[in-house]
Amino acid sequence: MSLERVHDMNAEPDPILIAQKLTKLYGDRIGCRDVSFSLWPGEVLGVVGESGSGKSTLLRCLAGIDRPTGGEVMFRHADKPISLFDIPEPTRRKLMRTEWGIVHQNPRDGLRMDVSAGGNVGERLMDRGDRHYGKIRAAAIDWLTRVEIGEDRIDDRPRQFSGGMQQRLQIARVLVPEPRLVFMDEPTGGLDVSVQARLLDLLRVLVRDLGIAAVIVTHDLAVARLLTDRLMVMKDGAVVEEGLTDQVLDDPQHAYTQLLTSAVLAA
Amino acid sequence: MNTPHHDPDYNFGYLDEQTKRMVRRALLKAIAIPGYQVPFGSREMPLARGWGTGGIQITAALIGPADTLKVIDQGADDTTNAVSIRRFFERVSGVATTELTEDATIIQTRHRIPEKPLEAGQILVYQVPQPEPLRKLEPSEAETRKMHAWAEYGGMYVRLYEDIARYGHVATTYSYPVLVNGRYVMSPTPIPKFDNPKMDDMPALQLFGAGREKRIYAIPPYTSVKSLDFEDHPFTVQSWTEPCALCAANDSYLDEVITDDRGGRMFVCSDSSYCEDRRAKGHVGKELATAEALAYVGHVEGGSDVA
Repeated sequence: MSLERVHDMNAEPDPILIAQKLTKLYGDRIGCRDVSFSLWPGEVLGVVGESGSGKSTLLRCLAGIDRPTGGEVMFRHADKPISLFDIPEPTRRKLMRTEWGIVHQNPRDGLRMDVSAGGNVGERLMDRGDRHYGKIRAAAIDWLTRVEIGEDRIDDRPRQFSGGMQQRLQIARVLVPEPRLVFMDEPTGGLDVSVQARLLDLLRVLVRDLGIAAVIVTHDLAVARLLTDRLMVMKDGAVVEEGLTDQVLDDPQHAYTQLLTSAVLAA
Repeated sequence: MNTPHHDPDYNFGYLDEQTKRMVRRALLKAIAIPGYQVPFGSREMPLARGWGTGGIQITAALIGPADTLKVIDQGADDTTNAVSIRRFFERVSGVATTELTEDATIIQTRHRIPEKPLEAGQILVYQVPQPEPLRKLEPSEAETRKMHAWAEYGGMYVRLYEDIARYGHVATTYSYPVLVNGRYVMSPTPIPKFDNPKMDDMPALQLFGAGREKRIYAIPPYTSVKSLDFEDHPFTVQSWTEPCALCAANDSYLDEVITDDRGGRMFVCSDSSYCEDRRAKGHVGKELATAEALAYVGHVEGGSDVA
């Protein structure tokens, strides 16, 4: 697995996303500070840490939602690295809709609750300029099937769906424009264990089939182990340890990571 | 035609001259950027917001002694709101008023565009309750302004998609969104979508005023106005299976009128001036006699004793 990744990296050596000394302050308080990393196409990076460690702040800066106080985010677009906060806002918003997507912890933040499942999935295509109803609907059905939502539910509203289905619908909505990069903020939060397991399975298959890069923020180490290739551990806004996921989880070096891994109950 | 008298207690056109200049500046900007919503300092008017204060302020800023004003509400010249607004301008400006579309230089309207095609030199003033076509999708004003600025209009099609998914066709029948001059998506106010094609390439100037929401927008003469649609579900307008019961017109927008409490009904032109004009020219609908017996038609100039 890891070897394959190394091989891929050699085939396409340019990172898709680079964070350089990314710092976000809220007044005097630190959101995150001096975070630097590179993410290669097809790679899944996990960010773990306890609540308040700056994971979500980091994600919002990376995804272009919040402007960082310092540092830079470089995104590789049309074979050129562009600095996310130096480009005009309309260009950044366009990239946010087409080149990357965000899966929110709460599906209500990422879905239009009063619009049917088909409309939710189709909106991204209409954003892109698709103006053929039949084709939009066919694409919506295709994607709903891929996230295991029956075709007969296409005209139902998200509020008629269970929590797990809402989360799968959100994932379909994010993936339909075929982004190259996906950010996920606690994608399995609030779901029961069996639904979590199916969702993780689905995410793993989708991410691998589509070859998209992903940054997954989670406080659940089991999720991190299942989905991610590399791991960053955050504490008080800073990265305290990073490395290959198995390495970090099985042989933690930093005292905080040791605490984190030992706190997990053995199933 | 009446020869009203300007009440000298009011400035000509009711508004003070500074306010008129402010409104005119907003109008000029609106005309320069077709379909773009220009904020303006909407004033308190002697009627409640939501009753046409935006349209009244535009008319007040434009009207001159040589103008002839027509006011319509739901297509008719003799409904309460139309009569009140017409009387208001008779009193505060003393300009001539008319019910004939072709005689008017300024036509203030709510909910309809006259059936008779408008000509170059005429001005159509719309009363607008909700100027923002994106409001149902996005509650934040800051965000809708960005969406307009960068032409992010994908969401508008979600509304149409939902209609087709649920009803098999676009069921939106009024306030049907349009793209003006290939750039701004605009709400045509609650006119029926039947009237949307009339906005396209119209020789007359079209001005829109939203008093409560404090916005003015405009379509200059001969500007492209396209109703949003899908390639495989093109835009269509309403149609009726029967002609107008009074004047036999089959090219006009029809209102349903209940004639008794036993299910009797007929469909008549919503544009009362157009219908009267056709009847005067000898067109007879198949229920004209019934309507006369009910005193539904038989208009008296002056307006007070219309049935």
